[in-house]
Amino acid sequence: MEDNTIICRCEDITLKKLRELIKEGYTTLDEIKRITRLGMGPCRGNICLELAAREICKLTDKSMEDIKMPTNRPPLSGIKLGELAGDNDDK
Amino acid sequence: MMINNADIAIIGGGVIGASIAYNLAKKGMKDIVVLDKNYIASGSTGSCGAGIRQQWGTEMNCLLSKKSMKIFENMNEILKTKKDIELKQGGYLLLAYSKEELNQFKENIKLQHSLDIPSKLLTVKEAKEIVPQLNTKGVKGAAFCPTDGHANPFRVTDAYVEAAKRKGVKFFTYTKAQDIVTKDGKIKKVKTDRGEINTNKVVNAAGGFSKEVSKMAGIDIPTKSERHEILVTEQVNPILQPMVMSFSYNIYCQQTPDGSFIMGYGDPNEPESYNINSSWQFLEEMSKKATNLLPFLKKLRVVRQWAGLYNITPDAQPILDESNKIDGFFMAVGFSGHGFMIAPMTGILMSEMIIGEELSIDIKLDLERFEKGRLILEPSVV
Repeated sequence: MEDNTIICRCEDITLKKLRELIKEGYTTLDEIKRITRLGMGPCRGNICLELAAREICKLTDKSMEDIKMPTNRPPLSGIKLGELAGDNDDK
Repeated sequence: MMINNADIAIIGGGVIGASIAYNLAKKGMKDIVVLDKNYIASGSTGSCGAGIRQQWGTEMNCLLSKKSMKIFENMNEILKTKKDIELKQGGYLLLAYSKEELNQFKENIKLQHSLDIPSKLLTVKEAKEIVPQLNTKGVKGAAFCPTDGHANPFRVTDAYVEAAKRKGVKFFTYTKAQDIVTKDGKIKKVKTDRGEINTNKVVNAAGGFSKEVSKMAGIDIPTKSERHEILVTEQVNPILQPMVMSFSYNIYCQQTPDGSFIMGYGDPNEPESYNINSSWQFLEEMSKKATNLLPFLKKLRVVRQWAGLYNITPDAQPILDESNKIDGFFMAVGFSGHGFMIAPMTGILMSEMIIGEELSIDIKLDLERFEKGRLILEPSVV
């Protein structure tokens, strides 16, 4: 089941991969995010970060309160560069 | 604290600190400790643009970057990492917008050729052959080096950290250095928020916070930190091979192996600060610049923007030196936006300096040069 369960849909990261990393010692979301790109895709971590946080709790002595969520960076959802540049002709 | 004594304490767990730690351990030094107030690569390394450029205008920078690129090329094997550093050598295409800029490129290329860097001068037509989508309005010519490129800064730092750990280096993350105790011009200990470490050697590899860490040892250095913003788009199929960059148009833009585009520019009015918040002004200006130069980008969505600190010296060249006031206080700071690309050689040179060996590249990046007015004149700095 571990092999087939995708935790991060944007980057195709499996539950197995995530558990391996936590066991290797990557036990904060920031560290996991930066080494795997988990949470860096178009969904902006909306699905995976919470799931990954729970896995960290399961495999370490941390509780959900101990887990720091990575800094939320703008924009809130994807915006086309053309729209940002004020181009209306080519959408 | 899990350790009370160390032969050396390195402050800063970015790519510079990790590279120095690995190279010291490789040379046989024991009891090496690396401290980071956050996690590995959490500062400037993790927010950098990730480019590796060998097209410089001074012999020193050409050698530092060329020899570093050789190490990047073999890094997966050298550091025995299973997590690929994602090196892509798609070249750097530098655009010239004036005759003067083009002449500077010609000068640089002469120097680069004397050091076996395979750069070349391109006509506008040749530049367009490499990047067919390029808007060449105003472009007078270009320089291209096919072996330039970029790598994943998190993976590179992680590879150094893991290799250093296997050689016995201890990393303490979420551990903030708070003071450096000195006596009679010698280092005695480092105080952290998790206890004290007795040591007589300290390396300042604190990136954006180099000035603060120097102050702890009572040393004033002329570095300042400045926000540089950056953004990343959604992932698409590979369409842009090289990093496209211009000093005068003030932009860099590359497509990473995972398909997203990373781009940034330097705001000339950015004040000295530790601010790393994102601004809407950047988003607006960046999108205008980027879509003008590479119109196909209009259709791509911005996924995220962030910022990091450039740690800048008066001549935009780093300080690699031991203090002449406090014995055992070493500095590898002030990389001015190009520390990642020369981190492999920086680690080697600093380890040689600390152990007391002859430096493998004859360079002088001392602190005194600023007082003595011996500034390094590098024409091709961002």
